[in-house]
Amino acid sequence: MVEKVGAAATQNPLDPAAILKDTAITAVIAFAIFGPIVGLKTVAIGNGLALEQRWGTVAALVAIVAAGRLLINLFGVGAASSYLKLHALRVGIIAAVAGALMIFLSLAAGQLPVVGLPLLPPVVIAWLTIIGPIFLFGGVWLIYVSFAQKNGGAAASKALRDTSAYGRYFGIALLIAAIILPFIPGIDRRVMDLGILMLTYVMLGWGLNIVVGLAGLLDLGYVAFYAVGAYSYALLSTIYFPIWFGEGIIPWAFWLVLPIAGFLAALWGIILGFPVLRLRGDYLAIVTLAFGEIIRVILINWYDFTGGPNGISDIPRPSFFGIPFTNDENGFAATFGLEYAPIQRIIFLYYVILALALLTYFVTMRLRALPVGRAWEALREDEIACRSLGINTTSTKLTAFAIGAMFGGFAGSFFATRQGFVSPESFVFMESAIILAIVVLGGLGSQLGVVVAAIVIIGAFELFRELDFLVAVMPAGFDPVQYRMLAVGLAMVLIMRWRPRGLVTRREPTVYLKEKKAVSADLVAQGHG
Amino acid sequence: MAAADSDPILRVDHLTMRFGGLTAVGDLSFTAGRNDITALIGPNGAGKTTVFNCITGFYKPTEGMITLRHPDGGEYLLERMDDFRIAKHAKVARTFQNIRLFAGMTVLENLMVAQHNRLMIASGYTFAGIFGAGSYRRAEREAIELSKFWLDRVGLSERADDPAGDLPYGAQRRLEIARAMCTEPLLLCLDEPAAGLNPRESEDLNRLLLSIRKEQGIALLLIEHDMSVVMGISDHIVVLDYGQKISDGSPAEVRADPAVIRAYLGVDEEEAPADIVAEALGAAQQEDRP
Repeated sequence: MVEKVGAAATQNPLDPAAILKDTAITAVIAFAIFGPIVGLKTVAIGNGLALEQRWGTVAALVAIVAAGRLLINLFGVGAASSYLKLHALRVGIIAAVAGALMIFLSLAAGQLPVVGLPLLPPVVIAWLTIIGPIFLFGGVWLIYVSFAQKNGGAAASKALRDTSAYGRYFGIALLIAAIILPFIPGIDRRVMDLGILMLTYVMLGWGLNIVVGLAGLLDLGYVAFYAVGAYSYALLSTIYFPIWFGEGIIPWAFWLVLPIAGFLAALWGIILGFPVLRLRGDYLAIVTLAFGEIIRVILINWYDFTGGPNGISDIPRPSFFGIPFTNDENGFAATFGLEYAPIQRIIFLYYVILALALLTYFVTMRLRALPVGRAWEALREDEIACRSLGINTTSTKLTAFAIGAMFGGFAGSFFATRQGFVSPESFVFMESAIILAIVVLGGLGSQLGVVVAAIVIIGAFELFRELDFLVAVMPAGFDPVQYRMLAVGLAMVLIMRWRPRGLVTRREPTVYLKEKKAVSADLVAQGHG
Repeated sequence: MAAADSDPILRVDHLTMRFGGLTAVGDLSFTAGRNDITALIGPNGAGKTTVFNCITGFYKPTEGMITLRHPDGGEYLLERMDDFRIAKHAKVARTFQNIRLFAGMTVLENLMVAQHNRLMIASGYTFAGIFGAGSYRRAEREAIELSKFWLDRVGLSERADDPAGDLPYGAQRRLEIARAMCTEPLLLCLDEPAAGLNPRESEDLNRLLLSIRKEQGIALLLIEHDMSVVMGISDHIVVLDYGQKISDGSPAEVRADPAVIRAYLGVDEEEAPADIVAEALGAAQQEDRP
């Protein structure tokens, strides 16, 4: 099975001139990239700056790149991939087993009290921890590919339907895992906090998905609605509710403000929506981006109202429907005859955000199958056709902005009560970018994709705080936390390379006569703004 | 024809549309009969689609008046209405020269979107629908029934759950007509419905359009280059050239009009032998109108 192979040089595998030329070009490109970035470093000396030159490091990097290219040219990616194609299953199983073994070894040597294992040096453990998961995931992927090949192209549409069934089981499994998470032994406060953070982003992703995924309106300023929700709760619960209704209202403040915050955010969604109704694509993106920044700048500068850069502190923590999580006889623990533990409040917060996220999910799924949801999707597909069918695209766009913003406002309210403190720093453009990245990586319009993408991205961020073992294999002074954005960026590039339409690339129809057939993403429009 | 003069559904008076210095349509007046098929023909660039866009509200005419009269006597001045209000209230539906389906939605969903306004009311503008109100579920079942009816009529029942973008070209044209009909219009505007169809398909199209007219009792306005369609089914033809009306009448009258011959063949009338003209303007003339 020596069929077409990819790289240009492999057409004539042993042409030394072509290989050398290719390698040289690669080296030059590598030098052009690494030269200025790595080779020159500014260091502060006294009052001035001096350039430190590091050409040795540059030479090493260029040599690595050139050697890699040379190896690819000599042995060929094509040959390797055709070998993999033939033996995908075998290689996959070996890799998966090896990976699982490595992970087990690294865990066992580190923590698990397994008998008889020799003490591995930390460097070996570190490498096992790095390589093990790569082998495991690579192997599982190869096994999956080999089965997909056996199914063949004819059964492709059937496979597509099957995966949608798997998707449903996977989603249910995730939901069950999310519900029982607080009761799994060994789950500590850090994990719960991470779970709350992930669920917040899942909810924000689902909210933004209405605007970007369903209605096809690219919104780069979604964090503004998050901010409106957070400040609504912060201001109402700390200042206005006690004045209007007295101090007694404070335990109930969260539940009373939640709908108000959602309403205010939706109102701002409409206020943003009006001026951008006529804009599409890039122009819409820029204006929404500006809107997000305007809200933040107002929060910073309107000192009398928002507290400016100092933010608002001492925001009331949520209560269990009026019963506070305190260590006294009126507290949650005493009322329900439990022993007081600070984590009870965290678990409650976790369930609140889980419920809010599920509310977002079910409302969105419901709306999709209602005329307004179908109109959103039709708007994404073709706005002019919508108008020719008598659909008021103005109000359709505004409802998308408003409902998306409303869920952002709910999430913001939750954020404020969880943190107990809000400041404009929490609502920078980066947040909008992360939420949008979650939606795009997950697959526009896909609810399950958003969950997976949120877990991967937020999980990856936090994972880098835990990678202490990497310090063992890396040069001195290595701090994994500094590399987390780099790793997330790399993951995004890879996903966009192999799954340009996101992780979940099919659309479930909202209504069917005989059979629910998923629509391939190739046909689904991405919206023009 | 007689009906068109006494009680037209659509009356276009002195319609003028200028784009900068270019007059795409100049002082055009015509009427479309209540149960007639009216064809708008003319060479490329004659301004036919511009007229369509004015009638359906996608362009605001520079001058002129477009009046649509419902059977109950309600009058709509289309030149003053937004495009979607024309579709919603005046009940004018249209198709597009370059097909505009919702490619990523299924065939059935395309037809459900077309019934948006009725379903929107049934869902209590979403508020009742979100709680699963019975009235909405009933309305949705009815909408599916109407969709099934039209799928059956255009021969797409088997493809109901397939993405619209997956359909072959001819089927997409038929689906666009079915989608327009699902809005339950009184005037259906078709922009080159036979473009890209093979002879058998355009014959099927003729039958479909005639049956729509007969069973639904609605008026059709079509732009078409395919003379077998135009001459085969039209009751009334309006010919445009350079934005001006050059002829108006029954297919037989238009076919014999020297001005039309000049516009189509670009020759003086005395130089154009009758048989060439007959060939150009209607191989379909032999086909008897059903």
